[in-house]
Amino acid sequence: MVMKKLFDHGEPSYEQVNQDVIKSLIETGPKYWMLLATTVGITVVCFIVPWMYQIHMGVGVAGMNRNAVWGTYLSNFIFWIGLSHSGTLLSAVLHITQSDWRKSIYRSAEAMTLFSLMVAATFVMVHVGRLWFIHWSFPIPNPMGLWPNFRSPIMFDVMAITTYLTASSIFIYMGSVPDFAAVRDYSSGLRRRIYTVLSFGWRGTSKEWHTLGWAYTFFAVLVIPLAVSVHSIVSWDFALSTVPGLHQTIFAPYFVCGAIYSGTAGIVTVMYCLRRFLGFERYIGKIHVDYLGKLLIALSMIWTYINIMELFTGWYSGSSAEIEFLKFRLFGFYAPMYWEMILFCAFVPLLMLFKSVRLNWNRMLVISILINIGMLSERFIIVSTSLPRKLLPDSYGFYFPSPAEISITVGSFAMFATLFLIFIKVFPAVSIYEVKETLNPLRRAEKT
Amino acid sequence: MSVLDTIRKYREAGYYKEFDYHWGMTVDLDRCTGCEACVVACQAENNLPIVGESSFAQRREIKWMRIERYWEGEYPNAKLNFIPMFCQQCDEAPCETACPVFATYHNQDGLNTQIYNRCIGTRTCAVYCPYEVRYFNWFTYTWDEPLERQLNPDVSVREKGVMEKCTFCIQRIREAKDLAKDDDRRKVRDGEVTPACAQSCPTEALVFGDLNDPESRVSKMANDPRGYQVLEEQNTSPSVVYLQKVHGDEEAI
Repeated sequence: MVMKKLFDHGEPSYEQVNQDVIKSLIETGPKYWMLLATTVGITVVCFIVPWMYQIHMGVGVAGMNRNAVWGTYLSNFIFWIGLSHSGTLLSAVLHITQSDWRKSIYRSAEAMTLFSLMVAATFVMVHVGRLWFIHWSFPIPNPMGLWPNFRSPIMFDVMAITTYLTASSIFIYMGSVPDFAAVRDYSSGLRRRIYTVLSFGWRGTSKEWHTLGWAYTFFAVLVIPLAVSVHSIVSWDFALSTVPGLHQTIFAPYFVCGAIYSGTAGIVTVMYCLRRFLGFERYIGKIHVDYLGKLLIALSMIWTYINIMELFTGWYSGSSAEIEFLKFRLFGFYAPMYWEMILFCAFVPLLMLFKSVRLNWNRMLVISILINIGMLSERFIIVSTSLPRKLLPDSYGFYFPSPAEISITVGSFAMFATLFLIFIKVFPAVSIYEVKETLNPLRRAEKT
Repeated sequence: MSVLDTIRKYREAGYYKEFDYHWGMTVDLDRCTGCEACVVACQAENNLPIVGESSFAQRREIKWMRIERYWEGEYPNAKLNFIPMFCQQCDEAPCETACPVFATYHNQDGLNTQIYNRCIGTRTCAVYCPYEVRYFNWFTYTWDEPLERQLNPDVSVREKGVMEKCTFCIQRIREAKDLAKDDDRRKVRDGEVTPACAQSCPTEALVFGDLNDPESRVSKMANDPRGYQVLEEQNTSPSVVYLQKVHGDEEAI
């Protein structure tokens, strides 16, 4: 097997890794603050304000109606859960398979997981009718002796998401402890004190390294089945109903595959931004975009296959309700969106079969964004074309998102960006110690 | 009693061995004229809000009882069929498993009840319901002065974010049970309790009663050979039996 080069511009020295990464934490220009102010502004104006208005008025502010009682909020929830999928899962799988190319990208990928999960959880809160009672969906002991309904797929969701959120936040934090210690050693003043707390007094003894390695692998193994189960469970919200187009056994693998697909595309987008704006060209290079591209091709093919199967099972059932729904999806009002999704998620990724596309960051950025636009439409289509075509023809309806829903959707991206911008100034976005593991140990004492 | 016996005891569904009632209804489609008197009666009895013109246009009306219209054939030989649609009080209700907080549950009378105070508004039940008879309060609806005085004091008024539905006028059932108890009777007699819709039906197309009692009027109607259940293939085992409309050869009459 030919070993591929991990670093495009030559191997950095140990010292340089420290400097490059810590520089991204400590040196903050006016551009960063302006960007942060913009994203916070958009979040407040587009997300928080309409949400508060909705809480005050009622969910009627959104465009949902009797048939389509689920709308954009829920489809966005699935989208963000999906986007969360690849980071931790990929990181854990690659850790277990001991792939070296993971080491410079995994930290940001995991952060992506964490923040998209947070945005997704926020969408659940935006979705429900009475936010002020949402704690009832948690098994909190109460004097009435009332428990949540464990038969409910929504309940499975609450369990799965909180577990996944907890596990992936522990996973990312644990992997960052030695890096916090490195930042601590390089900084002074208040920053030093903060990182002293964050690094749990890490000294770098061999016993500490041993414990960390053991615990990290343990969590990696734990997180993989969790990640697969979370999106399966999210799909059951739909699949356990009897709505034509949602009541499908293929939904669990469909959602998991779609989630990893959109998540991997999301990683490419985030990596592009890290390279471009934080100067990590040295660490995130051709090998990463090449491998991620290959993964995307494989996922797009699985995704296409499952999509064909979904249409096939609907048609093969011969049920008039299913066929009516298929007609609405393929040729109805939302048909342009459906075919746009097919174009972006099934055909555009095939361009990555060419090496010239796969190794070009700009082209990959465009493809990755197109894939995620396609996946956002996919989730929207699942909700907006199934519910208006349920079983009773008298109740056939139509759903179109209201300005509030569109604004909140836009705001959610700003919210994600805000969280990520805060992240890159708190966590070392590239793992210092794991990148060093891939360097030549003989150059350890070298100075730049 | 061994531990196993205790566990087996919990395996039995419900707390009751014997169920007094299984409330049900029959809808004779041959008698239904589509006059919508039942819809209005339901609106008055259960404090259903008037959602207003724009909300109505957005399909956000709240009508626990609605008349579905289905056209058959082409003009000039078109026929119009009415199907009154309300909660079917399914014995295997899909909505009951869906609610994360047990806001909807099956009571011992075979009714599919909704606890408005407990509802958090995930709207999953409305998605799972194949009959589409669950209605959501998109806003808090109010009654203009002096209309609020016509509100039924036996029924709560729901706030925004709550799902609501038909429960066969459970307040009337409760009252009838109380009166029967005062009268030292174990069970309510047939005909002592009628939901608002059945009461107001001018052609008596709707018949309400206890399906557990083989002598009740509703049980006899339900055994009619015309009887069928809507969306039977969904296996929800509804408590409502529809009696098919018989299209005679009108020219021959």
